[in-house]
Amino acid sequence: MDCPLPKFDFDVITLGHGSGGLLTHRLLQSGVFDVFNNEFLNQQHDGAIFSLEGKLAMSTDSYVVSPIFFPGGNIGDLAVNGTVNDLAMCGADARYLTLSFIIEEGLPMQEFARILQTIKQASDQAAVQIITGDTKVVERGKGDKIFINTTGIGVVHPRAIIHHEAIRETDVIILSGAIAAHGIAIMSQREGLRFETDIISDTQPLKNIVLQMLDTFGEDIHFLRDATRGGVASVLNEVAGLTRLGFAMQQTDIPIAEAVEGACEMLGLDPLYVANEGLFVAIVNARIAPELLAMLRQNPASEQAAIVGTVSREHPGKVVMKSAIGGSRVVNFLTGEQLPRIC
Amino acid sequence: MKHLSEYRDAALVQGYLEEIKRISKKPLTLMEICGGQTHSLVKNGILDMLPATITMVHGPGCPVCVTSLAVIDEAVFLAEQANVILCSFGDMLRVPGSGKSLLEAKALGADVRILYSPLEAVKLARENPEKEVVFFAVGFETTAPANALSVIQAHKLQVENYSILASHVLVPPAMEAILSDTKNKIDAFLAAGHVCTIMGMEEYFPIAEKYKTPIVVTGFEPVDLLQGILMAVRQWEAGEYKVENQYARYVQRQGNKMAMDMIQEVFAVQDKVWRGIGEIPQSGFEVNETYQHYNARLKFNLQLTPVKENEACISGDIMKGLKKPKQCTHFGKACRPEHPLGAPMVSSEGACAAYFHYE
Repeated sequence: MDCPLPKFDFDVITLGHGSGGLLTHRLLQSGVFDVFNNEFLNQQHDGAIFSLEGKLAMSTDSYVVSPIFFPGGNIGDLAVNGTVNDLAMCGADARYLTLSFIIEEGLPMQEFARILQTIKQASDQAAVQIITGDTKVVERGKGDKIFINTTGIGVVHPRAIIHHEAIRETDVIILSGAIAAHGIAIMSQREGLRFETDIISDTQPLKNIVLQMLDTFGEDIHFLRDATRGGVASVLNEVAGLTRLGFAMQQTDIPIAEAVEGACEMLGLDPLYVANEGLFVAIVNARIAPELLAMLRQNPASEQAAIVGTVSREHPGKVVMKSAIGGSRVVNFLTGEQLPRIC
Repeated sequence: MKHLSEYRDAALVQGYLEEIKRISKKPLTLMEICGGQTHSLVKNGILDMLPATITMVHGPGCPVCVTSLAVIDEAVFLAEQANVILCSFGDMLRVPGSGKSLLEAKALGADVRILYSPLEAVKLARENPEKEVVFFAVGFETTAPANALSVIQAHKLQVENYSILASHVLVPPAMEAILSDTKNKIDAFLAAGHVCTIMGMEEYFPIAEKYKTPIVVTGFEPVDLLQGILMAVRQWEAGEYKVENQYARYVQRQGNKMAMDMIQEVFAVQDKVWRGIGEIPQSGFEVNETYQHYNARLKFNLQLTPVKENEACISGDIMKGLKKPKQCTHFGKACRPEHPLGAPMVSSEGACAAYFHYE
């Protein structure tokens, strides 16, 4: 741990911490300003004043995960990595983040401190600065421990032309890693399930690897999307609908950890729809695919990357998967939440 | 994934497939009973791999699909009681009742929990002595032992705020109902492997004999299914009608005695209404008199007026194998997973939903 836990002189968050008075001031001073100390926060303004050159991208997301601590991370790294990754998928280098908390009164200060520490580590790792924020406290029962919103601003890579309209038939579909780890890590924590091997969330920033991809391959990277809620299947269905092209995958090429696959079997879930937090789908020019794959596999963030399919004019608007035994099926949108089956 | 990947082996599958193609001469209409089998057939793309002589039809073995509207309404009613925590297996939540689904009731404030085991519900009852905990005990013979065990457990621990809303259905009476229908087209069955793991195979011999119909107890993985289909084709081509066991790694002829004893202890067999099919005599389990304190219907004095099913839904014909999902004029149009007209579109094991998602 390269940054110490922030120290507070109280045990739990109370309504007073959101009042704007002395308690708020003390919480912000020791919890936020001391931890994230930078020139923008030190402006002590209602907002941050900054300048950035070039084409910019902006993204926002709210984080409401339950439980807030899970194997491999907590709501803090999700809040940083999630928004940094959304910007990376636009081809942007995230520079600044806003950070807003909605805290339910009664949250142990120790837990809040751990989350702050994680946010600090995650933002350092992603080389992004927290430049403004907000803290609100709601009555017990009106929230679920803590909700976080982050909004990010990033500078778009000069060679990035990432858009579904850039996708061409004969393009290749690449996954940057093994699927479904995050969703299963959360689920096993929530249900109190234990497996022989620990399944940990894949939450991580994807900014560096994406920037490296763009430096080398530029406009040959046609499309990027992090496969969070709804998983890989939902990303591909969305793109298939937008492009009216056909997307074909080979089941045996899709990377998945054996423990995760086993857990999905037991829980009656299809890993293609399970959430990831540090994995992206890339649709790229077939010509660069082998070289790109080699690059991805050298980076710890994407060492299990694999080519999983191709784009064509067949079955337009649909995602089709060839099963391990040679049959094929359509992979559709999920209707609602994935619900465990009876038997 | 060991002990599972072996049953998804592409070379083995190809071997069975070639043998099926080689020997299958007479047209065969084969029904897989269980929704889990339907799901696996469609998900793995097996239906399109079979020769044209074989028509698979998808039986009534999806507990979510055959649970009557009236029972869903009972569950929703219970969930809406101020003091009740209603616990259910996940995929019952989306099934629409006549008014709303459990998921909608939950959104409106009902305390509905998704559990993987009824024993968790007993635990929940002990942790919440001021609440009434009801477990929505749905399923075929497969889930009955665990549900019975929860009642036995609650009784042992003197947990009085626990009860179950039983809606168990039984496979053999449903097979008889299908076979005795004058419009029946089924030539052979793949019986449900997991049901037989509990109940054994004895009940199937008289059915095979009476209706001169081959029955192969079959598992759920691609290799299981193709081996089961091959065994059925062999019997059909030879003009035989035996009960055979493809799923011998789990199923014993006499079943699982301990599990059957538990069922016997808690449940009594009674007539049962199947959604889309109607009443089938002696085709369900209800909590017996000895354990009536754990019967939510009696505990909450449930007397709801039964409502009519949506007449546009042809789920009955689909589950009897008389029609395919795509022969329904509403399939994929008025009837979709997000707005199902009938239950086979709701559960991922329902035949209509399986076709919608994977075909």
